[in-house]
Amino acid sequence: MTTAPLLIGHPLASKEHARHALLYMCRIRKFEEAVEDLFGRGMMHGTMHLSIGQEASPTGMCMALNLTDQITSTHRGHGHCIAKGADLTRMIAELLGKEIGYCGGRGGSMHIADVDTGNLGANGVVGGGIPIAAGAALASKMMKSGKVVVSFFGDGAMNEGAFHEAANLAAIWKLPMILFCENNKYGMSSSTEKAFAIDNLKDRALGYGIPSVNVDGNDVVAVYEQAQIAADRARNGEGPTLIVAETYRWKGHSRSDKNLYRTKEEIEEWRLLDPIPKFVEKILESKLMEQSEIDAIQAEAQDQVIAAVNEAVKAKSAEPSGLLAAVFKEISA
Amino acid sequence: MSDRMLTMAEAVREAMSIAFDERPEVFLLGEDVGIYGGAFGVSADMYHRYGAERVLDTPIAELGIVGAAVGAALAGMRPIVEIQFSDFTAQAMDQIANQAAKIHFMLGGALHVPMVLRTPQGSGTGAAAQHSQNLEPWFASVPGLKVVVPSNPADAKGLLLSAIDDPNPVIFLEHKLLYKIPGRDSVPVGSGRIPLGVAKVVREGKDLTIVATGIMVNKSWEVCEKLAAEGISITLIDPRTISPLDMQPVYESVEKTGRLLVVQEGPSHAGFINEVIAQMAGSSSFGSLIAPIKRLAGMNIPIPYAPQLEKAAVPQIEDIEIAARDIVKNWR
Repeated sequence: MTTAPLLIGHPLASKEHARHALLYMCRIRKFEEAVEDLFGRGMMHGTMHLSIGQEASPTGMCMALNLTDQITSTHRGHGHCIAKGADLTRMIAELLGKEIGYCGGRGGSMHIADVDTGNLGANGVVGGGIPIAAGAALASKMMKSGKVVVSFFGDGAMNEGAFHEAANLAAIWKLPMILFCENNKYGMSSSTEKAFAIDNLKDRALGYGIPSVNVDGNDVVAVYEQAQIAADRARNGEGPTLIVAETYRWKGHSRSDKNLYRTKEEIEEWRLLDPIPKFVEKILESKLMEQSEIDAIQAEAQDQVIAAVNEAVKAKSAEPSGLLAAVFKEISA
Repeated sequence: MSDRMLTMAEAVREAMSIAFDERPEVFLLGEDVGIYGGAFGVSADMYHRYGAERVLDTPIAELGIVGAAVGAALAGMRPIVEIQFSDFTAQAMDQIANQAAKIHFMLGGALHVPMVLRTPQGSGTGAAAQHSQNLEPWFASVPGLKVVVPSNPADAKGLLLSAIDDPNPVIFLEHKLLYKIPGRDSVPVGSGRIPLGVAKVVREGKDLTIVATGIMVNKSWEVCEKLAAEGISITLIDPRTISPLDMQPVYESVEKTGRLLVVQEGPSHAGFINEVIAQMAGSSSFGSLIAPIKRLAGMNIPIPYAPQLEKAAVPQIEDIEIAARDIVKNWR
């Protein structure tokens, strides 16, 4: 098992919190680098969507959530799964089509769910998870479970009808929900400039009567602070919040992307805003840790991912024999 | 209290009320299901009996409300979502076909979706092409959905209770012409279930097997009665659940009658009833047929508005009668 215990709270609240935030961001980064490598070497098939450069957003958001709080994720969802506490071995195993993978090889990269950590599933349809999150938040309200539900989605999803309908339901029913937009600036090749006539995506919330905020999506501390406010609002029955985290996708949309729609210079500019060194700087300023401890955490993340890959590669491949029986859940007596 | 004659709307409401009383996690959401009582009056006074939280009015947002039902089901509730006309499920198809149907399989069994989507379908009300379709094959062709098409109030009650119990998404297609008329049989009191995936032999005969769905079961019944007077006896089979489909009674019947007529309301091209024909063609009972299989289905056109045009678009009692008589008379 390669799950680390989740820790709730401000990323600079203590050495442990700083360690957690850094470890999780590094786990996401190293996981995705490993996935890219496995694809490059022909060991994985299908496709994958990397969120390298966006690690601070899910990490900061999930540090404001309890284990029982829930999320819905996207096609670019590895970071959300890891930040909410998913097991790295089972994630890699899923991408490799193994029986111990989260979906038993039936879902792959875009469909990882983990009930134990409140992850209601990544989603292959842009915007698909937003109404589902609203429904889970409705259940939370009806069952008085106190759960907050976060829907992660990208800027592209904000032009889907699903976003509109779910945001309105969340608003009129005052659902304990956070609409978390990772504005990574492109829906595949379409820039936000081309796809929106408004300059700031957070203005969309006005139309639903939902408060909204922009945050530096590459700053795990800033993300956490806004996430915490939104989670408190949700827990206090004050309804949903839209958080728009400004970030950037370093890699192409998927494997087939040749980056024809943006410049190398633009990518380079954003690489300088790497969320990991940005947080390291803050840790050092806060004097919570020495550089050597930080180096050790980064090495630990790398080791965890290598161990997960090694274990997953050895695992048994998923077999087609059980496929038909897996379509429906059995009716229990 | 003894069994009573109910309309399908009353039977559906009774089933929902029983489920509401049995399980606190059951609730109904949809457009105008609250104080209005539903566009076809199916939820009627449930809003007053169970309150606004369990009989939840929604904005006009089919994708959002079906998605909310999916999410609530994932999170431990048992939603019944009413879509005002089955035609409007087109607005919600991502949540139905890509989400609800696939979640259990695709997520490795981590989650399941105990949701019932109830919706009125079918023609005969003069509401034209966007309010009159029969969309059985849309749903029946998606693995992961169970699809129920009740033809009478008693079945509707028992099948709906099973659908609500089911841990999987169930599409429950109610024909709007059946809402206001009592069935031929009384509706049992109590909370008896009718299992999904079990066809019903409505009546037995020796000359012909008719397989029909939904309102076509009722039309075929009239034909069975009429031809019985002419000495033609017919077995009428109602699959009740079109996914999963129970073909066994069809095989057994065709082995006795040697003749098969299938009837559906929806367009013939790629229609659901073609699946019955395909399975029959591939079965060992195929050799028992002494006549070609006859198919009656809707024309391959959108449902037209004017009453005489609308009637011409889907099989009527007279069409079934002619087809049934011809197949029996011409193939001996």
